[in-house]
Amino acid sequence: MTATEERPDYKYVGTRPIRHDGLDKVIGKARYAADLVLPGMLHGHILRSPHAHAKIVSIDTSAAEAMPGVKSVVTGADFPDLGAAPNGDLAKNVIARDKVLYEGHAVAAVAAGTRREAMDAANAIVVNYEVLGHSLTIDQTMSPDAEILHDGLITRGIEPAPTEASNIVARTCFERGDIDQAFAESDVIVEREFSTTPIHQGYIEPHACVADTGQDGKTVVWCSSQGHFRVRSATADVLGWDTSRVKVIPAEIGGGFGGKTTIYLEPLAVEMSARSGRPVKIVMTRDEVFRATGPTPGSKLKLKVGAKNDGTITGVKAWMAYENGAFPGNAAMLGCMTVVSPYTMEHMYLEGFDVVLNKPVNAAYRAPSAPMAAFAMDTLLDEVAENIGMDPIEIRLHNCPSEGDPAPYGPKWPTIGLKECLEAIRDSDHYKSPVPENAGRGIASGFWFNIGEASSATVNLNENGTATVVTGSPDIGGSRASMALMAAEELGLDVYSITPVVGDTEVVGFTDVTEGSRATFATGMAVVEACRDLKMQLRQRASTAWDCDVEEVEWVDGHAVHSPGDHEALSLAAITAAAKRTGGPLGATASLNARGAGPAFSTHVVDIAVDKETGQTQVLRYTTAQDAGTAIHPSYVEGQMQGGVVQGIGWALNEEYIHDADGRMENSSFLDYRIPVASDLPMIETIIVEVPNPSHPYGVRGVGEVGIVPPLAAIANAVHDATGLRMSDLPMSPPRILAALGEAVE
Amino acid sequence: MKYAAPTSVEEAQSLLAGDADAKVFAGATDLVPQMRAGRPEPSIAIDLKKIDRLMALGDNGGSWTIGAATPTSSLTGNGAFSGDLPGLSYAAGLIGSDQIQNRSSLGGNLCNASPAADSVPAMVVNDARAVIAGADGTRTIPVADVVTGPGSTCLGDGEFLVEIEVDKPTANTSDAYLRMIPRTEMDIAVVGAAARVTLDDSGNCTAATIALGAVAPTVVRVPDAETALVGGPISDESLAAVAAAASAACNPIDDKRGTIAYRRQVAGVLAKRAVLQAAERVQNGGAA
Repeated sequence: MTATEERPDYKYVGTRPIRHDGLDKVIGKARYAADLVLPGMLHGHILRSPHAHAKIVSIDTSAAEAMPGVKSVVTGADFPDLGAAPNGDLAKNVIARDKVLYEGHAVAAVAAGTRREAMDAANAIVVNYEVLGHSLTIDQTMSPDAEILHDGLITRGIEPAPTEASNIVARTCFERGDIDQAFAESDVIVEREFSTTPIHQGYIEPHACVADTGQDGKTVVWCSSQGHFRVRSATADVLGWDTSRVKVIPAEIGGGFGGKTTIYLEPLAVEMSARSGRPVKIVMTRDEVFRATGPTPGSKLKLKVGAKNDGTITGVKAWMAYENGAFPGNAAMLGCMTVVSPYTMEHMYLEGFDVVLNKPVNAAYRAPSAPMAAFAMDTLLDEVAENIGMDPIEIRLHNCPSEGDPAPYGPKWPTIGLKECLEAIRDSDHYKSPVPENAGRGIASGFWFNIGEASSATVNLNENGTATVVTGSPDIGGSRASMALMAAEELGLDVYSITPVVGDTEVVGFTDVTEGSRATFATGMAVVEACRDLKMQLRQRASTAWDCDVEEVEWVDGHAVHSPGDHEALSLAAITAAAKRTGGPLGATASLNARGAGPAFSTHVVDIAVDKETGQTQVLRYTTAQDAGTAIHPSYVEGQMQGGVVQGIGWALNEEYIHDADGRMENSSFLDYRIPVASDLPMIETIIVEVPNPSHPYGVRGVGEVGIVPPLAAIANAVHDATGLRMSDLPMSPPRILAALGEAVE
Repeated sequence: MKYAAPTSVEEAQSLLAGDADAKVFAGATDLVPQMRAGRPEPSIAIDLKKIDRLMALGDNGGSWTIGAATPTSSLTGNGAFSGDLPGLSYAAGLIGSDQIQNRSSLGGNLCNASPAADSVPAMVVNDARAVIAGADGTRTIPVADVVTGPGSTCLGDGEFLVEIEVDKPTANTSDAYLRMIPRTEMDIAVVGAAARVTLDDSGNCTAATIALGAVAPTVVRVPDAETALVGGPISDESLAAVAAAASAACNPIDDKRGTIAYRRQVAGVLAKRAVLQAAERVQNGGAA
């Protein structure tokens, strides 16, 4: 369903063809990295730290090296120490050097003839550890007596700079107006403390790669990633190699959600392949995925919101601490930049703290840092609305930013569609329906920046009049279909006459990672640019054939048309069939830095039933409205919206990391790390809002991330409506809800 | 690790008796994950699925005989069985996914001896019996006596479960099983509660059995709850007494799946609801 219909009359954009890669996936023909088998291939296995924090005193690999089938054993000492150079922390995360910083941190790797031989040999490696104290929570790691993870870590953003190392990476502050004045002018002030646990991206396909390093000193890597150009540069950095020695071939990807924007395995496979002269495959188990790959961070947030009786937000004060995992990151900064973005206000004081602690290092997850921030902000806004007796949509409309207003993180808002999302929910069948008995209803909004970055595309016309579109963006959400639709619209070719391909690092120009909801926006822009170049070439071929000025040739619906009308139109196929005689094959390439990414907003409404005797929740109905700019392929836009909601529901209700007292994860499986199953959920209803992004030829904003931002608060607000409880600690699992109900009774 | 697929009870018994590290399996839906999690492999994995008797579901007129390796999907898919024992059939159907249902069995669910096994409380309230083969032939004991603690059973060296016998319910009797999981499927019970009740024509309860899972090292019968029900109608008062008795009978642990306080409280709630559901089935003529 589409909320606004005012846009050009497209022939292909906005239709719903079956994705080009769909059949292969359905019949099992799609090739993932773990499927690849090469002659003589070895199997790698990684020895991981059993300790949350320890010094590595010594590693003895001699017994492992003597075991049957073992061809190579590597440790941190076999890789260069990059120190503070780019990817230095990444290198230390790929394989520990002097210290292990979390349970699951890689310590050594073995390549052997079989996976079993590699596992047995890894178990024969003797590592001497000196166990150190560890921190698993923000409170623990910020405390003055916490064990320091990184000796040289001096907190940034504090004047004067501290003289002693701590686990606090940085303090960030965004300030506007006078926050004390805001609260003095407020009729209502609400404040609460919130906490969230780390959440795993939960992609179904574990990390996997195969590396084949030749005697020429070059290597080929097949792997599952969201960006093979980043795999190339990061792998080369960790190895201390020149980038041109590494070629990366993207495999089909079984889910990423941000978690496959970094590397874990590739340098280990490449190095062991170099040492053994054999290809090496490494495939993680689910247990390894949980213990060693990136969650999105846990957080502790204190927010205070002031408002007037008419609903006007006067100001927001926030103290937001975000876990970074074992190595420094910028999660809290992103939290500060997103927390109040769906609202206008004169005063704000937003303070963020990034901290390291003994857990796997963060990786991106759909709109990183924004969901926790929105959980706090939209819960408190709901409380304000309740206190002053205002409808939760009306209070959001009352404080809704529009084009030209200053965004909290600096720039002025360009064209945005938050108001349209709020109105779409307000006018939805869901919001107009009565709240079911024994249930509650919650509303929340969310924001995400979206980004542009570098993209390349090559479009080649084949001699039979079809086209091949090669891009450098791994397809994690249907982007190949979107590329084909935009090319079809430009060239006037049927969408199935176009073959969209994700090219490796040596066949297509540099392309940044598929992140920031950028593939359809930025890489789509490159595809459109290449197609427009081709259309000019096609018009020139016709003008040569007709011996007329190219300005007299128009490109209409896949045909060169002579505008004065002296010649019969030439189809694209007719031109390509004659191409060899008229100047050679037709192809075009575009490489660009995409500017003008359109901010994404979304508003959700959810009905939740709560069993007050067991604390069990049930999502009865869920509707999401999201501004897509223009939906190139509405089905895949809806899929992204629904996927974000479902992941947000899991985050809100049941997902959590459980550690024992020694910092070891206790629930490293999908049995006990509870992502939602299909029967937990109703069909997620979608309303695509289209407020086109003026910076994109088709108005695309990017839709992959913002959908995960509102669910935490929307569900908390629905639970409040059903029970009267304000749940400020996630997850809102049955034991937590029942305990809170019990306390409320007492 | 060797694999053997005997075709008779005797053959399986002699394989098992000759090797202390040998292990029998039915669907292997517990064995394989346990090996993957690092438990030692058995010396011989003895597949029981080639023995006809262990794969059978027999209607004996007054009772059912369920082969120890009979897939649970053949129980849930059998209308007569599910009509007789709707609570047990429902519990059997909760084990794993649809695919697992074609491999999982009541025998495996029992002998794996997990405190959280879904089918065991439902077998216990129906007074199910276990037929166990050993060197000296077979012996029959109550299912309730098979499990002695988490992961351990009373089965001796060389013994294995052959089949389970359950009497069909007498008139005006039905059963129910309910479990608490944070999701709707693909999960392990945080609390399980089974009930079987008999009502007379005026709705008074004349017999009741109640058993709880996942709240103690083994399945717990709740005699105080049973006493509270017998002799009167199913009422708010008797149900409150059932809930209180069930909560009191728990001896749970805190673990990653639930807390002591939560398990205790929810055990009472589910016991009460299971009694209600069983009573409704009686009143509806035994239908689900």
